[in-house]
Amino acid sequence: MNARSPATPLDELDRRIINALQGGFPISDEPYREVADSLGTTESELLARLQRMLDAKVLTRFGPMFQIERLGGRFVLAALAVPEARFAEVTALVNALPEVAHNYRREHPLNMWFVLATETPDGIAQAIARIEAATGLPVFAFPKLREFFVDMRLKA
Amino acid sequence: MNAPDDLDRRLVIATQAGLPLVPRPYDLLAEQLGVSASEVKARLAAMLEGGRIRRIGAVPNHYAIGYTANGMSVWDVDDAHIQALGEAIGRLDFVTHCYERPRRLPDWPYNLFAMVHAGDRATVLARVGEIAALLGPACRGHDVLFSTEILKKTGLRIGNDG
Repeated sequence: MNARSPATPLDELDRRIINALQGGFPISDEPYREVADSLGTTESELLARLQRMLDAKVLTRFGPMFQIERLGGRFVLAALAVPEARFAEVTALVNALPEVAHNYRREHPLNMWFVLATETPDGIAQAIARIEAATGLPVFAFPKLREFFVDMRLKA
Repeated sequence: MNAPDDLDRRLVIATQAGLPLVPRPYDLLAEQLGVSASEVKARLAAMLEGGRIRRIGAVPNHYAIGYTANGMSVWDVDDAHIQALGEAIGRLDFVTHCYERPRRLPDWPYNLFAMVHAGDRATVLARVGEIAALLGPACRGHDVLFSTEILKKTGLRIGNDG
């Protein structure tokens, strides 16, 4: 997961699989077979490569991306200014919360940026209170006020 | 928004870690949830249609597929112009997401966030320059926060106490 460690090299079929699977996965009886056919490979090869890329963390997930806000929940971006000497300890405390969906180290005095995802609106304040109690650090919350664009697809 | 109905919620919990990697994944989900495969497929299709699912697909590790420079560009934009400017920034093909968020004064003067991914920092900074040109005098200041490490990337996890 480290930013600098290059993962297992991807071959051309891996890249085509990643690009094809970044959206529009079929909802049908044999969806992997359909995708495999369109890529000129076999269902078993596609499944094996998907498993391998998930194991190698080339893919962090494969499945439905839920918009939890349309299901009554909330996503909120939040940040901490973590003293360098405490970075590993605070990372473990923050990551231990299941509400922390992802977390990045960034170059800035606010050096830890994470997304909280909760099933109810109240869950956000509770998660923030738990992080503040566990770390002794103030959480800066940045709930979105307006969404102008979201499309996380990146060509491999 | 409305509270999700029970099958929606059970589908989230059953698939939030991933869709089963088996030839007939929706049949397997149906078996796990005690409903028919056609019900699973119809519900997933309805969730996609209604936006409760953004898409079904793969989430690549940016670094692993060559996007080693990931800059969160943040901007202090005049509130009177943020709607039009946010939409314009969101339309740039290299911006993967773009939001208005609250300032946290005095520590944090920025109210527009635009994520820029590229193969190297120079490219990210050139693109940040394009954003700056587009914002013009409505922008009073900006910064770019590069990520140096993914600390966690599991995605949504609900139902931990059930």
